Amino acid sequence: MSDTLTPAKGETRIVLRGRKVVGGCAEGEAIVTRDTISGWGGINERDGTVIERRHELRGQSFKDKVLVFPGAKGSSGWSAYFHMARLNGASPRAMIFNKMTTKVALGAVVTHAPAMTELEQDPLQIIETGDWVKVDADNGIVEITKRRR
Amino acid sequence: MRLTDHEKAMLDGQHGAARSRAMDLLVRYGEALGAERLVETNNVAGAFNASTPSIRHIAEQGFDKVFSELNLDSDETVEIPRMAVPTCQLITGIDNDNWEVQGVDAGLADLQKQSERYLGQRGVNLMATCTPYQVGNVPVKGEHCAWMESSAVVYCNSVLGARTNTEGKESTGAAALTERIPYWGYHIKENRRGTHLVEIDIDVDDIMDWGLLGYYLGEIIDDEIPVLTGRYKQPNLIKLKHFGAAAASSGGVEMYHVPDITPEARSIEEAFGGNRVRGTVRYGEAERRAAYDNLNCATDRNIDFVMLGCPHNSIDQVWLIASLLDGRKISANTQLWVHTPRALRDVADRNGYTKMIMDAGGFVMSDTCPAISRHMPKGTKVVATDSAKQAHYLPAITGVSAWFGSVKDCVEAAVSGRWEGGLQ
Repeated sequence: MSDTLTPAKGETRIVLRGRKVVGGCAEGEAIVTRDTISGWGGINERDGTVIERRHELRGQSFKDKVLVFPGAKGSSGWSAYFHMARLNGASPRAMIFNKMTTKVALGAVVTHAPAMTELEQDPLQIIETGDWVKVDADNGIVEITKRRR
Repeated sequence: MRLTDHEKAMLDGQHGAARSRAMDLLVRYGEALGAERLVETNNVAGAFNASTPSIRHIAEQGFDKVFSELNLDSDETVEIPRMAVPTCQLITGIDNDNWEVQGVDAGLADLQKQSERYLGQRGVNLMATCTPYQVGNVPVKGEHCAWMESSAVVYCNSVLGARTNTEGKESTGAAALTERIPYWGYHIKENRRGTHLVEIDIDVDDIMDWGLLGYYLGEIIDDEIPVLTGRYKQPNLIKLKHFGAAAASSGGVEMYHVPDITPEARSIEEAFGGNRVRGTVRYGEAERRAAYDNLNCATDRNIDFVMLGCPHNSIDQVWLIASLLDGRKISANTQLWVHTPRALRDVADRNGYTKMIMDAGGFVMSDTCPAISRHMPKGTKVVATDSAKQAHYLPAITGVSAWFGSVKDCVEAAVSGRWEGGLQ
């Protein structure tokens, strides 16, 4: 991905603007869910897998991925668990979410990874698991390269 | 974000390194939220104790390191002064007296006690419960708080009319040292109005009813603000404690109104405060059944472990359990743990309730719960509990399967070793 502005032949690229939550720039493969995420009691902080029963991502890990999700729910241990995931090297590379709450704001801050919200289009409609996503939070830009299907 | 001169001085380090790191976190957090300013708080409830295996290697570098990293998000270790405001420790990982029953290793139990000496010296009140409002921290209406613990937050906002968002370990640590928290969300009056009307078509009366209603609502309306109407009976502390805890587990409910009962809603109109009703949720027999079925993931009726007291039991709940167990014996294949705040455990001891429960073969635990500690009796595969919150989290956290029912169903299961509960 040396030049993310020039799509390779046959690739679709989408650019969305949004608001910075945590600064920085990072890119990686997207993992997308339509279910809100619990921190404490919802993720395993040692390997970044979602553990909640009846969750769409149960058993899948967000480690080193760009996590795209509607927002946070559940326990106030949300930030502590994403914080521990970072200390354990299991945190996502970047986060994109829709609904602002104190849980997700603090969790994103202590994850120390670029995070964005209020994208001009619903990221859950545009980004699919496996797409390559660059989150340039400093400039308020998300670049999505659709995975060839 | 706009900072006052005093806040700028704290950020610049004029009030010490710890307050500077605390302000740095609050500014990053406030900007992430989009808050315009901070608000003064004089009531902090957080999680500061070092009591889990994952914190152990951090604690080896000293308790200043634990607080700096986990309560201030500071890579740099700073010397932590006394807390600037009344601050309490919420539920923790280890029962200081019953750690052996829990199966906690001696080193970790000792670590928590060392951690508590460190925190105690800095003015952290070691209430060690998820229900500080049962043991002396009862904020008044309108008071700006910085609380963690989703079940306590929803109680604080809805039942007490005090104002808090769901804070985390790092923001409560920073608030305790600076008397500040972002002025955002539930600190602002306009954001506390109802959004959804809940029409209750069946009788909601006992603890299990309120738990099921909360569990159903959380899943449907996530973190919106429900306003209840219809066939509920007058609730009390215990019922609203269960209701809020359930709604904050299946979803993210931090505030609700029960017109004529909770302090910011004398009527349905006042609950909505001019807000458009964004949605109406009907709650009837089918919805109650759906919540019940979602909570009951077990199939094996042989019960290994009965967990009562999430959120921590009131003294009346302990008395009810003691009465139900009086003169009986718990099955040899089953263990029963009853959880209550340590301050109420003293009352239970004094009243003889603890002895009644222990004579039957159960334990009265304080300071912790199985979901927080990740400790249950060895070999536990099937749990019975009267708590929707615990039935939601224990299977995810520990891999057990769970039955949810009334306290009576749970006590009977402890005695017979078999689950015979069900939805009436």
